[in-house]
Amino acid sequence: MAGKSSIKRGVSLFSFWNDYMRGKMSVQECIAAVAGLDVQGVEIVGEHMVPEYPNPPESFFENWHGWMQEYGCTPVCYDMYVARKGPGGGPATEDEIVAAFVTDLKIAKRLGCAVMRMLASTPPKIMERAAPYAEEYNIKLGLEIQAPLHLDDPWIVRHLEVMDKVGSEHLGFVPDMSIFTKRFPRVMLDRHIRDGAHESIARYIAETYDAHAPLGQLGFEIKKMGGNVEDLQMACQALLLSYWDPRRLKEIMPRIFHVHAKCFEMLPDYTEYSFPYEDVIPVLVEGGYTGYLSTESEGWRFTGDVYDVDSVEQVRRQHEMFKRLLGDLPEVPASEPVARQPEEGGRRDV
Amino acid sequence: MYDRYMIVGEEFRNVEQDGKVTGFQIGARLPYYRGVVLSILGPTGLSVDGEHFAPEDITVTLHGNTYKLTELQNQDEDRWEFGEVGILTVNKPGGLAPGRHEVELDQQLMITYVLPRGFKGHDRKVLEMAG
Repeated sequence: MAGKSSIKRGVSLFSFWNDYMRGKMSVQECIAAVAGLDVQGVEIVGEHMVPEYPNPPESFFENWHGWMQEYGCTPVCYDMYVARKGPGGGPATEDEIVAAFVTDLKIAKRLGCAVMRMLASTPPKIMERAAPYAEEYNIKLGLEIQAPLHLDDPWIVRHLEVMDKVGSEHLGFVPDMSIFTKRFPRVMLDRHIRDGAHESIARYIAETYDAHAPLGQLGFEIKKMGGNVEDLQMACQALLLSYWDPRRLKEIMPRIFHVHAKCFEMLPDYTEYSFPYEDVIPVLVEGGYTGYLSTESEGWRFTGDVYDVDSVEQVRRQHEMFKRLLGDLPEVPASEPVARQPEEGGRRDV
Repeated sequence: MYDRYMIVGEEFRNVEQDGKVTGFQIGARLPYYRGVVLSILGPTGLSVDGEHFAPEDITVTLHGNTYKLTELQNQDEDRWEFGEVGILTVNKPGGLAPGRHEVELDQQLMITYVLPRGFKGHDRKVLEMAG
């Protein structure tokens, strides 16, 4: 089909958290569900689903590859966490963090993943030290960029500098689409109200966020309105969300190894309530991204107190949306400049 | 978000040693989406009908290994697996009376990316102690 991109589709098995937790779905059944939705890519959180982590039995690896074959799926991405404590209980040293990272890298390799998602809080120094291992194992390390982080955050700028300095093609990013939270998530709003926020104040916070107005005065305003603790918590939550022009992804395009396609609420009309995929996906297509859009369906985090989300249906709706956006592309004005150009010398133009 | 899975009522019962009731136990899951090494567990708060129990009086048993809550910070290898039901055993001579009890459990987790105070879960359930 004309204009069809080579972006691939996947699902993080984390999307089935609630069903896996309650024993309704096994790892095998999660993979079968992915395949049943005509999706090939599989992402896994090691400490979520790898049994006896960090020393899984051989049988798990055999089963895993057997399932991939049986269901026609492909392992894509493995998600790691940063060690916090070292032997003896003190803070982990740099050497201990690297050692824990290598343990994860070995598991990722055995699982056949080509990308490892590095936790957003991984220090730049660890990425630098990890690079030779990534090359040895031929696994790309993608630092997650998750709200409220963004491309101008000093943490990400520092990471970019280190990546440029190291010069490894194995260091890059996994942007999480939460950085494009255009509307305050409705499931989050409803949860704050159920937890005791005043409905009027909660709606005011969401509307202020949706107008992309400065949120700095929100705390004072809420106090003046007679807000309670839950209202203030919701205001803090709003500060942890972010919306950026999706075209800014172009600045790091060659370093995007994998995309976390977040969804909190996929609507029956195959749109996401908060995240403007219709704006984001054309940017990825135009930028020549060829990796995976990997579903992270997480609405259950907010609705779990009142009902169980049909996680398979949420994933299905998102992939229907992807098929539409990837196969029948809307026009993207090719000449329109990105919101902000890289600084002089093209430092970010990697 | 994971809170409602924390207290596992099926494991709620008095425990005996040498024919004497020495306390009671409940089942517990961590309020989190992955397994963790024990040393990152923060304070555990457990109360029954408003009576709070000190960590010195509580042990946790995971896949056959039993630790005092006060020793957990030194356990940097053993793990509390995702979804695993640990048994919290409370030293309370005579145990709990038969009937309904309101059990409250708080668990903090010192997760790397939510420093400095980590992550908190809270669950409250009314459970029946068999006679």
